[in-house]
Amino acid sequence: MRLGFTDILRRLSPLAKLGLGIVAVVFLVAIFAPWLAPYPLGHVDVTHQLEGPSMAHPLGTDENGADLLTQVIWGSRVAVMVGASVVGICSTVGITLGAISGYFGGWIDEVIMRITDMLMAFPGILLAILLIFITQEPSLLAVIGALSVTGWSSYARLVRGEVLSEREEDYVEAARSIGYKSPHIVFREVLPNVLAPVIVQATFGVAGAILAEASLSFLGLGPQDMPSWGALLDQGSTYFLLTPHLAIFPGVAIMITILGLNFLGDGLRDLLDPRGLTRHGN
Amino acid sequence: MLRYFVRRLAASVLVVFGVVTIVFFVVRAVPGDPVASILGEQALEVDKQALRQCMNLDEPLLEQYALFWGDVLNGTFGELCGERGATVADKLVANIPATLQLAAAGLGVAILIGIPLGVVAALKPYSWIDNTSAVLALLGISIPNFWLGPMLLILFSLTLQALPNPGSSVAGLSALILPAITLGTAMSAKLMRMMRSNMLEVLNKDYVRTAAAKGAGRSRVVLKHALRNAMIPIITILGLQFGALLTGAIIVEKIFARPGLGTLLLDGIQQRNYMIVQGCVIFISLSYVVVNLLTDLVYGSVDPRIRYD
Repeated sequence: MRLGFTDILRRLSPLAKLGLGIVAVVFLVAIFAPWLAPYPLGHVDVTHQLEGPSMAHPLGTDENGADLLTQVIWGSRVAVMVGASVVGICSTVGITLGAISGYFGGWIDEVIMRITDMLMAFPGILLAILLIFITQEPSLLAVIGALSVTGWSSYARLVRGEVLSEREEDYVEAARSIGYKSPHIVFREVLPNVLAPVIVQATFGVAGAILAEASLSFLGLGPQDMPSWGALLDQGSTYFLLTPHLAIFPGVAIMITILGLNFLGDGLRDLLDPRGLTRHGN
Repeated sequence: MLRYFVRRLAASVLVVFGVVTIVFFVVRAVPGDPVASILGEQALEVDKQALRQCMNLDEPLLEQYALFWGDVLNGTFGELCGERGATVADKLVANIPATLQLAAAGLGVAILIGIPLGVVAALKPYSWIDNTSAVLALLGISIPNFWLGPMLLILFSLTLQALPNPGSSVAGLSALILPAITLGTAMSAKLMRMMRSNMLEVLNKDYVRTAAAKGAGRSRVVLKHALRNAMIPIITILGLQFGALLTGAIIVEKIFARPGLGTLLLDGIQQRNYMIVQGCVIFISLSYVVVNLLTDLVYGSVDPRIRYD
């Protein structure tokens, strides 16, 4: 059964709709960050350092006197950019290689699968940590690159498995018999039939990428050129005995975003992936 | 069976080869002079030359690669040239117990919370306890450990004055409780979800109905017939989640200022000491590969239907 975009929206569970709403809000906040933030980025008020929430600074200020709300709002940009780019790159590369692997089999399949084996041998963000170690001052692009290099393999595995089971279906045979070339069959005939679990995986993948970026930033290995929630939390933890709000609010922002994506992912999985092929990306 | 073991083992050997190769060449791609970054720019030329020689940097790259394989195979992971006679392995060995202790405690928390909650939720599906634990599981998966840790510290250290601050020297088990909860929470949530769906599936099987029909008591049916079968897939999850425990340990060690492999790795990165970074990344990945190999082999012998293809 094929579901259209509006069908999916209508049939999502209430919790999944809430998740979609949260994701939409985070997305809008990221786009309109310069207009929503109460202070310009980089503005410091040296007379109000390490202060708790007040009228002037709803989430308080950090050790330099910068407004925390402003930084949290700008931090959503890093989260959205990392989440969208990493999943965009990983799913494109993973779908392509997975489809090739599953459809053609043979030595191509063997090579691609052995590469995914090796990438998956590095637990979690460890390979990303190593890749970022190469760059002296990690930029946003370096972080996106490091997470993408390591992240495509799960999509490749998923799509390969799906394509393998579709390969022997009658419609593939039919397409072949009327003379369609392999690329057409793989990308136009087979892929649309296996995309549903990929969409679910990608939703969890966005959550996974945002968490991974935040973890890297917390370890001091995140983008140095933009404020990120993980880095804010890292700075905040230094002073948490003095000013707990610095550690609390950036974490709340991460948690709400991840919760929203997980709500949405669970709802999409119930609709699109009844066999439960996908898993949480984090 | 033996064929499966051998093929699985061969695949792991290939992966180990890949891991060592990838890490070696990635680390060599670090720009700048590694000798200068260890000794500092002002160091004497004699010292620089000695260190360069000790680190085999004068050899061609492929020669260095071959020498490094020697270091991996003899278990030293290379000599730490700055410190006389010490090897990377010495540093690793000194830090493994702390990380192992943390990982084991985190695993304990995950199992103690996740499995009983999952079983109870499956026994009474859609009851208040099932719904509550479903919400808790979603929260557990969504709360990042690097936030949960500081929050627990704020809560306990400040408000209740109950547990030692990370800086204080109060040793012993209590210093392990908060780190273990921080590390184990996300995993307990995943275990709980997995356990619930496994139990629900198993409880509908014919052999469970047969056991109930022949008059076995409820607790006997649940514990002996259902639980034991529902536990089998958990073995695989534990293996896969071991990786999350290891990377989680890096973060938890930072939050609670604990010694361990993660602290060693982060210090190595800070000092740009690539022997240490290389050793840590390879060691952590290899232990993950070994644990996954073991879980697959255990799984293969527990459930003879599993075959590698």
